[in-house]
Amino acid sequence: MTDDGAWQLRESYTFDRNVIAEIRRAANTGIYRIRGWGAKRRLPILDDLVFLGASMSRYPLEGYRESCGTDVVIGAERAARPVRLDIPVTIAGMSFGSLSHQAKEALGRGASAMGTSTTTGDGGMTSEEREHSSTLVYQYLPSRYGMNPDDLRRADAIEVVVGQGAKPGGGGMLLGQKITERVGEMRTLPVGIDQRSACRHPDWTGPDDLQIKIQELREIVDWQVPIYVKVGAARPFYDTALAVKAGADAVVVDGMQGGTAATQEVFIEHVGIPTIAAIPEAVRALRDLGVHRGEVKLIAAGGIRSGADVAKALALGADAASIGTAALIAIGDNDPGYDDEYRRLGSAAGFWDDFQDGTDPAGITTQDPSLSARLDPVIGGRRLANYLQVLTLETQTIARACGKSHVSNLEPEDLAALTVEAAAMAKVPVAGTGWIPGA
Amino acid sequence: MSPAADEAPPDPSSAVAVTVDLGETSRRELNRMLHQAQAGSFRVLNPRGAHGLACGLDARVSVEIEGSVGYYCAGMNKQGSVSVNGNAGTGLAENIMSGTVRITGSATMSAGATGCGGLVVIEGDAGSRCGISMKGVDIVVGGSVGHMSAFMAQAGNLVVLGDAGADLGDSIYEARLFVRGDVESLGSDAVQKEMRPEHVAALARLLDAAGMEADPGDFRRYGSARGLYNFHIDDIDAELSARREAS
Repeated sequence: MTDDGAWQLRESYTFDRNVIAEIRRAANTGIYRIRGWGAKRRLPILDDLVFLGASMSRYPLEGYRESCGTDVVIGAERAARPVRLDIPVTIAGMSFGSLSHQAKEALGRGASAMGTSTTTGDGGMTSEEREHSSTLVYQYLPSRYGMNPDDLRRADAIEVVVGQGAKPGGGGMLLGQKITERVGEMRTLPVGIDQRSACRHPDWTGPDDLQIKIQELREIVDWQVPIYVKVGAARPFYDTALAVKAGADAVVVDGMQGGTAATQEVFIEHVGIPTIAAIPEAVRALRDLGVHRGEVKLIAAGGIRSGADVAKALALGADAASIGTAALIAIGDNDPGYDDEYRRLGSAAGFWDDFQDGTDPAGITTQDPSLSARLDPVIGGRRLANYLQVLTLETQTIARACGKSHVSNLEPEDLAALTVEAAAMAKVPVAGTGWIPGA
Repeated sequence: MSPAADEAPPDPSSAVAVTVDLGETSRRELNRMLHQAQAGSFRVLNPRGAHGLACGLDARVSVEIEGSVGYYCAGMNKQGSVSVNGNAGTGLAENIMSGTVRITGSATMSAGATGCGGLVVIEGDAGSRCGISMKGVDIVVGGSVGHMSAFMAQAGNLVVLGDAGADLGDSIYEARLFVRGDVESLGSDAVQKEMRPEHVAALARLLDAAGMEADPGDFRRYGSARGLYNFHIDDIDAELSARREAS
């Protein structure tokens, strides 16, 4: 290529090929881009933190021998039946409708095998997930699709969803391809419509109302189970404080990397704050109110992928971490074995995010029976259990290296930041310094 | 009567209503009693605007509350019959599944919200968002309803003998709205629809069930234009491609 040819092919940083393609797509269709997955652009993430490990002043635990606890109890102060988790990793809310019933069953099987919880989504509770989930958290969403007192009483915990990380301030979405007869019946919606759920709860409008709502829910279930409040990470200090004030047993803070079954691209990439920035602010609120590591538990979500991420979330002050996208990958989402089919859909294994289309070759984000039959829920469950096992082992490995006999003893003092941004957000020093920007 | 530890528990199967005085008994005790009862009648005194009264009923019990109640009275009611001789706060009979809830006064915001079945009768007025996201419940309001009533209403019937506030039925799905008085404005995708004989008959049954005296012929019906059911997606490329093939 000549010098002039190279000049002619110089790509604009502002109008790169992705931007140009999106402008052309928008001009052709007149509709915003809708997709699944979570934020894909580069963000400050937990990789920007490192553990310091033991040294002359810190004693490690024997990595392969000494016990390192991983259990978490939620709601012991108020619920007759607190949630008792064996590991500090839970499965985040994902609906039947967005996922096939085989996928929901696989999630339940995997979580149960490891002694942790799974969570319903914006579509009610199915018999499959109740049957295969030893601990099932029932989401109470603005849409109230499928909400009923029988399922409320069958749940092991109730999660009042105020928002989710992929779209704080937005409601759910499920396109017509996935509103089958069963999904439509559960949600009382006509088959084939593009469901756009409410973003506000229909019968409460603020934290004072929420407090009364939580009391009502407790009354309906006779104070048997804990109540969580889930917020999309936007103003985590205030949201956490208000959730505690409203009476939550646990606050779930979902960072902007959190996944979705279908949301506007502009929402996914441009609304909310990263998980690394959200956790310390939520912890600050819990500490202010004297309930951190005590009466109210914090569950952090959004882009959790590894035991290192779990350990970092705990060190920043969370009591547990929650996974969604990673759990779907574990049970088979974006399986390279289906690469040819992903390519026929215009993508490739490892890149595909059109969960809204219902054409998932792996049979997970679909309601097409011929596709969903491809997912063996028993095998999927085993894969998830294995993955959760690895997350737990990795978390314990780091905790022992930091001298902790329980993973919840991890603390910010165990961390250093690799970037100034991460240091400012996580409120830990830049590595090799004592400097915390803004402290 | 307030059941104390040394007293025999109330017998709700008795033909005589069990009286519970909330001046002496806690809400928790009342609801526990109601949840344990399989049948029978209860009379509740001195509610004093308390929240969450008689919520979560799951049996054919009858509850009569003498006075005004706070938020979420009879929430998620299933099978039970709850009547309030007074007014009700936010979320009266929210997510009701079956049974009947009736109040003699007025209800504030979100009465009958997300209700899936059963009948809610409000003899007075209802505030904003009455019947929001209703999913099969029948709601009959003797007076008027506030703005954004039947917002995103999915199924069931809302009958209003008085007027309706602004944006009635915004983003409505398949619920049916019957209004005798004036409608300040209709919300997005809500339209007036023909009142056919089957609608007159259905409305007559609803009025009868609610014990309301009104001529069904005086009502107008509103529902969904179904224009928001699916995204509108243009496809200019396909159009141009077809043109090229045709030329």
